[in-house]
Amino acid sequence: MDTVLTPETEIENYTINFGPQHPAAHGVLRLVLEMDGEVIDRVDPHIGLLHRGTEKLIEYKTYLQAIPYFDRLDYVSPMNQEQAFALAVERLLGIEPPPRAKYIRMLFAELTRVLNHIMNIASYAMDVGAMTPFLWTFEEREKLMGFYDEVCGARMHANYIRPGGVAQDMPAGLRERIYDWADNYPKMIDDLESLLTENRIFKQRTVDIGVVSEKEAIAWGFTGPNLRASGVAWDLRKSQPYDGYDQIEFDIPVGKHGDCYDRYLVRILEMRESVRIIKQCLDKMPSGPVRVNDRKIMPPPRAEMKTSMEALIHHFKLYTEGFKVPAGEVYVATEAPKGEFAVYLISDGTNRPYRCRIRAPGFIHLAGMDAMLRGHMLADVPAVLGSIDIVFGEVDR
Amino acid sequence: MTQSESSSDALRQIAARITQGLSGDVLSADVVRGELIVAVKRDAIVKALTYLRDDPMCDFTQLVDVCGVDYPEREERFDVVYHLLSMRKNTRVRVKVTAGEETPVASVTGVFVCADWLEREVWDMYGVYFSGHPDLRRILTDYGFDGHPQRKDFPLTGYVEMRYDEDQKRVIYEPVKLTQDFRTFDFLSPWEGIQKLLPGDEKAPPTPPKQGA
Repeated sequence: MDTVLTPETEIENYTINFGPQHPAAHGVLRLVLEMDGEVIDRVDPHIGLLHRGTEKLIEYKTYLQAIPYFDRLDYVSPMNQEQAFALAVERLLGIEPPPRAKYIRMLFAELTRVLNHIMNIASYAMDVGAMTPFLWTFEEREKLMGFYDEVCGARMHANYIRPGGVAQDMPAGLRERIYDWADNYPKMIDDLESLLTENRIFKQRTVDIGVVSEKEAIAWGFTGPNLRASGVAWDLRKSQPYDGYDQIEFDIPVGKHGDCYDRYLVRILEMRESVRIIKQCLDKMPSGPVRVNDRKIMPPPRAEMKTSMEALIHHFKLYTEGFKVPAGEVYVATEAPKGEFAVYLISDGTNRPYRCRIRAPGFIHLAGMDAMLRGHMLADVPAVLGSIDIVFGEVDR
Repeated sequence: MTQSESSSDALRQIAARITQGLSGDVLSADVVRGELIVAVKRDAIVKALTYLRDDPMCDFTQLVDVCGVDYPEREERFDVVYHLLSMRKNTRVRVKVTAGEETPVASVTGVFVCADWLEREVWDMYGVYFSGHPDLRRILTDYGFDGHPQRKDFPLTGYVEMRYDEDQKRVIYEPVKLTQDFRTFDFLSPWEGIQKLLPGDEKAPPTPPKQGA
């Protein structure tokens, strides 16, 4: 089988399978890459390997039973997603949580943002060759998950933010411990930056890679840090404030070039802003109840159930039948760490959602992979993939 | 809440503008709970979204989401819902069209690039066909999957399950076997007092009302 290569022989593109099991794929992603030598011609992401049918399952559950599913979407930022669902249900019910609950929600939403960003930056740095940030930041993540543990009893799957407030008040001393952490955390960001920001190898791998212009970012539906890195100062916490973000002072970091390096820098700066918000939340947090005083929506306190028959009935009804939500539909968007996380909820007036559409930012960002990677080298795939912050729990739902 | 009132006024103005600009194609344009909801005719969806994107008063530059909703009792059972966002005006709009199992909806990938995957998902989950879509494949379900899982008549457990077969040394698909029936309880008992008919009473033969009891 001797073949002689003549100058007229056409060389075909070949395809490479990246994943589904690849350490830099951030989960189960299969990328079919069409290569021209080492240059990428076309990227075809095959997703859905982690599809669990969350939206379908929620249609069969009461509103309260639906909340834990939101922890399992983007499993590195659970509480932000609970918040979006709780806000949607509250909008349909026409209720508003008490002020203290709002502050607790914001506090934990920002802690979760830090939780998400350090996870992303660390694993991203590891994808492009830096090991140490991963080890350092996971120590911080451990502390943050400790706060989760204290407030709701679980380190990751919190089920803490409920329609009408939060599940329970913060335990004594947690405020001081979070304050303590917030005082020390900027030092940790400085250390992290000293390893990465001016690092020659890190910059070689990220600067001018995966450039997204302002126009492209909007056209591709980018939101969150990926959009801001392209120079669009758009943050739902500022433009369409929910909970109490209109009473908090913070800035929106914006990038200039829209490359992988800018996306990293925006996340670093967002963490610093989050620490600012956390401190303000702790300072301004009023005392008072953390749940609406409506027994048809929120269960009565344990002590009351020991003496009051009515309280006992309310408790029983809430955890079997659940509450009914007036018919209607609502679209609530929140600024999750990865971008615009929205819940489009349609109620038919019963105790279960008729339709619960979950708008996951990662899904849309991943759709932009093809356009972002064309003409790049194979080695840029993990860099771009890491920089747009993909978690498959929410992409596949 | 004066802020939400003024934004509702702005939305009503946009609603009037859309109804005027797309005369004949808009079926309804309302502001409900501070959200602008526009229903358009199915054939006019590309025209409508192009108008919403390009009109300087509307300026909805970003397509945020496309999703399907299933109402099996309706003649055209599906809704396809588009969510658009205007960053400059800080407003959102929801555009709805209806579709049946056999009636295709024109793809809006030509207007908004990011509609590509979103429409693929609606096709995968509901079986709404998008005509003119460049690459209408399934996206979230398995290779070779049959059916459209988010339709209301698709069972929650699905039809097939897969496992690794030790003898054949490969993954095989089998019909779903449930060790107990899929149980779904109706917890919708009357919350506020008892209604005329108690649950279960409908099974008993109707008894004539007793006299003088």
